[in-house]
Amino acid sequence: MWQGIYQELRDRGLVILAIALDTAGEAAAGAFARAGDAGPLGPLAKRIMGWSDDLWSRAGRPTYPCLLDAQHAVAELYDITNVPMAVWIDEEGRIVRPPETAGAFDVVRHIDVTTFGIPDEVASQGERVRSRYVDAVRDWVHHGPRSRFVLPPQEIARRSRGPGEAAARAHACFQLGAWLWRRGDAGAARPWLEEAVRLRPESWTFRRQKLAVADAAAIGNFAAGPEYWEAVQALGDRPYYVPPDLGDDS
Amino acid sequence: MTTLLFDGRTTELEGAEQRGAELWVRRAQLEAATGWELRPEGLCQGEVCVPVPSGARWSDAERVSVTAFARHLRRPVLHEAAHDVWSVGPEPGGSRLASGIAPDFTLPDFEGRLHSLSQYRGKKVLLMTWASW
Repeated sequence: MWQGIYQELRDRGLVILAIALDTAGEAAAGAFARAGDAGPLGPLAKRIMGWSDDLWSRAGRPTYPCLLDAQHAVAELYDITNVPMAVWIDEEGRIVRPPETAGAFDVVRHIDVTTFGIPDEVASQGERVRSRYVDAVRDWVHHGPRSRFVLPPQEIARRSRGPGEAAARAHACFQLGAWLWRRGDAGAARPWLEEAVRLRPESWTFRRQKLAVADAAAIGNFAAGPEYWEAVQALGDRPYYVPPDLGDDS
Repeated sequence: MTTLLFDGRTTELEGAEQRGAELWVRRAQLEAATGWELRPEGLCQGEVCVPVPSGARWSDAERVSVTAFARHLRRPVLHEAAHDVWSVGPEPGGSRLASGIAPDFTLPDFEGRLHSLSQYRGKKVLLMTWASW
């Protein structure tokens, strides 16, 4: 778990900044932030997220900073479209890996939507994907700029396409909707959040956050109603979590 | 009260004016609300300056038009009149991240203490997004 990884690597100069993209704030994310990665989901989280027995046994309450981003400001600044996505930033504040899927595998594509059962082969593939990503983080922390996972500037530029015109407008709509919702005007917020999803249908953060605040009783729960599963189905052959390009062994 | 949402900042702007389709804010409020400041060479953020195009009027003796400036950078500008809130989106294209400089931000932790990315210079930062949903 990230707390275990942090304890392992913090003395070598790593800090984890966990950013909760949660418009409903403390009410939604507080219990998770205090419990750590397992959260209220418990053992199901281990299987969904692909944690190895070793990392799972080192789960714990986070001692690294857990920050709350109700406006999804970090998602706008870094053009992040799903969670978990991570960015690697070096000691001088330079990006050495732009936003990418942080060790999550497409378990959601194979899950039984009523029982949340996951086939064994999918679970073990998820564990391999997670381990590979965690090992890449370790390699970076141990070897710094000499790590083969640190990307050269031209590759960072190539991977950082940023939002197009419609996606930029979607960010503006979304932050307006999130602000109105937090002001207590869910009715005024809804059309802006819906417009953000319409303008950028590939953003799972917009879609799932919109669904999560649509029903006050569901706040803090896994927002997986029919609209979510329909959108997952509509992916066809496209991935839910775009696999990170970690080089020849990924 | 006018509110501006700009680069993750939420600012209530006393004395702001709407002129036509544009929002004009007091000069003294500009930097806190946007991270940009008015200099003789244009609007600047650190080393980056955007010159005022000839014929454009972004400022007068008292105020600066943040939305005219934003539109010049092709950033989307929205105004929700009922709550008088303005929302400025990001600049299209990847230039901000492609420069390789990690954009700074300031956010609270769950106890309300503020943290900025820039205060973690000297460490490797794994910036990790997650959510309850």
